[in-house]
Amino acid sequence: MAQVVVVTSGKGGVGKTTSTAALGAALAQEGEKVVVVDFDVGLRNLDLVMGAERRVVFDLINVIHGVAKLPQALIRDKRLDNLHLLPASQTRDKDALTEEGVAKVIDELKTKFDWIICDSPAGIERGATLAMKYADSAIIVTNPEVSSVRDSDRIIGLLDSKTAKAERGERVEKHLLITRYHSARAAAGEMLSIDDVLEILSIPLLGIIPESQEVLRASNVGSPVTLNNALSAASRAYFAAAGRLKGQNIPMQVPTESTGFLNKLFGRKAA
Amino acid sequence: MKLFTLFRRATAPVARERLQILLAHERLTCNGADLLGALREEILAVIGRHVSFEPDRVRIKMDRGKSVSTLEVDIEIPNSFGASSLVPPDGYASEFANDEGMSVMKRSVA
Repeated sequence: MAQVVVVTSGKGGVGKTTSTAALGAALAQEGEKVVVVDFDVGLRNLDLVMGAERRVVFDLINVIHGVAKLPQALIRDKRLDNLHLLPASQTRDKDALTEEGVAKVIDELKTKFDWIICDSPAGIERGATLAMKYADSAIIVTNPEVSSVRDSDRIIGLLDSKTAKAERGERVEKHLLITRYHSARAAAGEMLSIDDVLEILSIPLLGIIPESQEVLRASNVGSPVTLNNALSAASRAYFAAAGRLKGQNIPMQVPTESTGFLNKLFGRKAA
Repeated sequence: MKLFTLFRRATAPVARERLQILLAHERLTCNGADLLGALREEILAVIGRHVSFEPDRVRIKMDRGKSVSTLEVDIEIPNSFGASSLVPPDGYASEFANDEGMSVMKRSVA
């Protein structure tokens, strides 16, 4: 049964696209059939982070408008056969998305993939509400910082009221993904701790991604961080989060950058 | 380094407290559009069972103060009010079953 997951946050720049790429790749690296869908019409970036920017021919809007068939718009990842990208349009505006059109595309994707991961645009406008509309579950990406937490709270409210599931009286399963976390700063009382954020937002924790230089390195070269350096602290955190998303019981911890010893210990994951 | 941070004031508790206060307020306000809509519909349903009125001549206002919030319902009832107008107008005869709006209102007033 295909799972539709929206990666959302309200606030921009907290790591939605990075997390979509990393989690999508992590699931695909573990053998799942995955498509990552960019809903940020007009400001697409998932193609760039995935390193597929020069291979975009057709996009989500073209499929919705019937200009292209879905298989023509899907871009197969060069590194992983079972990872696909459905890019957003760069030229159209967000009004080009329609509820019926999105529903149709999602339904078709469900027949082809195990996981449909929708990268939401920032904000609470049409693009963001359409990205979450048909989601079975949501990953709320939050930085341990006041404005991000506030916007996440707002998004949680929308997930409980504006999604198709909410309208049917069901609940969208919500997962909190805390990104750019500094354990040392939180311990020193300079940054909201995991417990602080959990207490305020009161949704279950999917993972804690530590601040890592590897994230920028990976996006520089157009590769999900889990593919670019599977051993980095951020990648290990994303692998753990992907495992939990699949329902695995993985103890929560904040990975630290590995030393030689840890590299050996986790070496098998690199393959 | 550690010694240095000892002398610096921890700011995270301030962030946490500010967020808790703000969100307690916003959770009510942001769902306010829906809350007011629900209140309007249900209050009118109750009143409509006994008195006929013009749905357009109804004003519902919510003011939030620091310690007390007020809900103001202003319904204009035509002067022809009498036996004939005691018949509920169409569309306002629905049952007042959902008490969600009321419990939310109580919370906002408390």
